[in-house]
Amino acid sequence: MEVPILKQGAVLIATFQAALSDADLNHLRSALVQQVVRFRSRGVIVDVTAMDVMDSFASRTLREIAHIIRLRGAETVIVGIQPEVAFAMVQLGLTLEGVATALDLEEGLAYLNQKFKTMK
Amino acid sequence: MSRVEIRVTISSDQDIVVARQKGRSLALELGFSSGDATLIATAISELARNIVSYAGSGQIALKDLQGSTRVGITVTASDTGPGIPNVSQALRDGFSTSGSLGLGLPGVRRLMDEFEIDSKPGQGTRVVVKKWRP
Amino acid sequence: MAKRDESSELLRELVAHLRQNRTQLREEWVGRISETRLLTAMTKEEIFAEATSVYDSYVEALETETFEALQAYARNLSERIIPRGVETHEVVGIVLLLRDVLARSLFAKYQTDFKKLNRILDAYEPAANRIANTVAVGFVQERERVIRQQQEAIRELSTPVLQVRERLLILPIIGVIDPQRARQLTEQLLRGIRTNRAKVVVIDITGVAAMDVTVANHLVQTVEASRLLGATVIVTGLSPEIAQTLVTIGVDLGKMNTVGDLQGGIEQAERLLGYKVMALAEPN
Ligand SMILES: Nc1ncnc2c1ncn2[C@@H]1O[C@H](COP(=O)(O)OP(=O)(O)OP(=O)(O)O)[C@@H](O)[C@H]1O
Ligand SMILES: [Mg+2]
Repeated sequence: MEVPILKQGAVLIATFQAALSDADLNHLRSALVQQVVRFRSRGVIVDVTAMDVMDSFASRTLREIAHIIRLRGAETVIVGIQPEVAFAMVQLGLTLEGVATALDLEEGLAYLNQKFKTMK
Repeated sequence: MSRVEIRVTISSDQDIVVARQKGRSLALELGFSSGDATLIATAISELARNIVSYAGSGQIALKDLQGSTRVGITVTASDTGPGIPNVSQALRDGFSTSGSLGLGLPGVRRLMDEFEIDSKPGQGTRVVVKKWRP
Repeated sequence: MAKRDESSELLRELVAHLRQNRTQLREEWVGRISETRLLTAMTKEEIFAEATSVYDSYVEALETETFEALQAYARNLSERIIPRGVETHEVVGIVLLLRDVLARSLFAKYQTDFKKLNRILDAYEPAANRIANTVAVGFVQERERVIRQQQEAIRELSTPVLQVRERLLILPIIGVIDPQRARQLTEQLLRGIRTNRAKVVVIDITGVAAMDVTVANHLVQTVEASRLLGATVIVTGLSPEIAQTLVTIGVDLGKMNTVGDLQGGIEQAERLLGYKVMALAEPN
């Protein structure tokens, strides 16, 4: 299953589907990194609204994505984690430490714009 | 006595998704809240992933649990892989032989109400977890 | 073994008798139910419909000697009639009435063969008692479940998530928190964050006397889960005892956003939201 990546100005938006397999996640990671480099993006939003389970693998992949993208000089924000999913994640011990989070796409964009201002 | 039993063969990462989706729908059918169904699906995802990562293949069995005054769900993850030499170590937060987070097994224990693990080196691993409907 | 076979044999004969006389026995039973003024909350038609299903499940349970189907039906029936105010004694009452109606018809059928009557009753009685028991237990369990649900609803009301201004929620926790209530609070708060699009949450625990390790863990998880939704949590009113508990379970209080009292918490929240907190103009 392909994860669509949308380019909106300096920001890339990747929208997760409900049933992503490990292979899909790995694919997404490399695609995102490639495009950040290619478009010189300054920010990445990963929208996980549709995901109904976030297990240790998905969570680790998100952290890795944020990390690699930071090395490329851009900021990542994860948006759309559902309340129930968040609850399951913290029970499991997954807190996405060091990764920015926001309520939804709109908030994620607001967060990045704020970041861009202070980075200048 | 249980009335439903669903078995999912686990041999690739795709099967992990199948197993957790089946687990969620069974949990909902049994009357669990969607919050609890998410906890159960997450636990299944971790157990199935361990099978793929460490044993190559195995099985997830999902059953309803009929107590005298309450209802629940049982998830059994079994494989005939290499087994775990030191189980109590594997249950500790942060222990991993694969450089991962080491949160799977201890996390599953927190997500569910009952947790049993039986593993023999060279013979395989069997994890049985249960959750009761509040 | 032989004894068991014989009893099964007798039960089969019994079942055949009950099937043959279904219409008449069922009517007799319904008549007795209204005579004894049971199930007064239900109409005649309803009673008749339910009685028919109960009768058939009853006979089936006798025939198969398994009780699952009956149990399921009893639960289902209870679910429907509990909201209408049907009481436990009524449910037990109607099943006992059925037991007696059927026993009487057995007396009538076998009155000439006293030995056989005795043996049939021996086979019938334990099964009938078990059936009565199954139905009663099913009903009581369902009632308990309903009561639990009502308690939950009351609890939910007793811990409001308050929106004090746009994007700012306050969760004042008062009283004793057990793990179940803690869980509920968390779920409520997380849903509240989403529906109110909150960016900052102040959890005030001034009113919480003590917190055991489980609940303290829960508080920490709530803070973490809120952050995953993009909200910042400020905890206010932390007593020294609770602070100690948090340290014991390995919480880094430096990482947790804590402010002495609720007022201070709200002020900090407003700063985070970008509101300017104005000092009162100095009188000159
Ligand atoms: N089915 C299994 N067969 C063999 N070894 C296993 C199995 N499941 C777990 N293990 C062992 O137990 C260790 C701990 O498992 P756990 O799921 O807690 O962490 P992890 O898989 O290493 O990391 P994470 O689940 O956080 O990605 C694993 O590293 C592995 O050595
Ligand atoms: Mg694991």
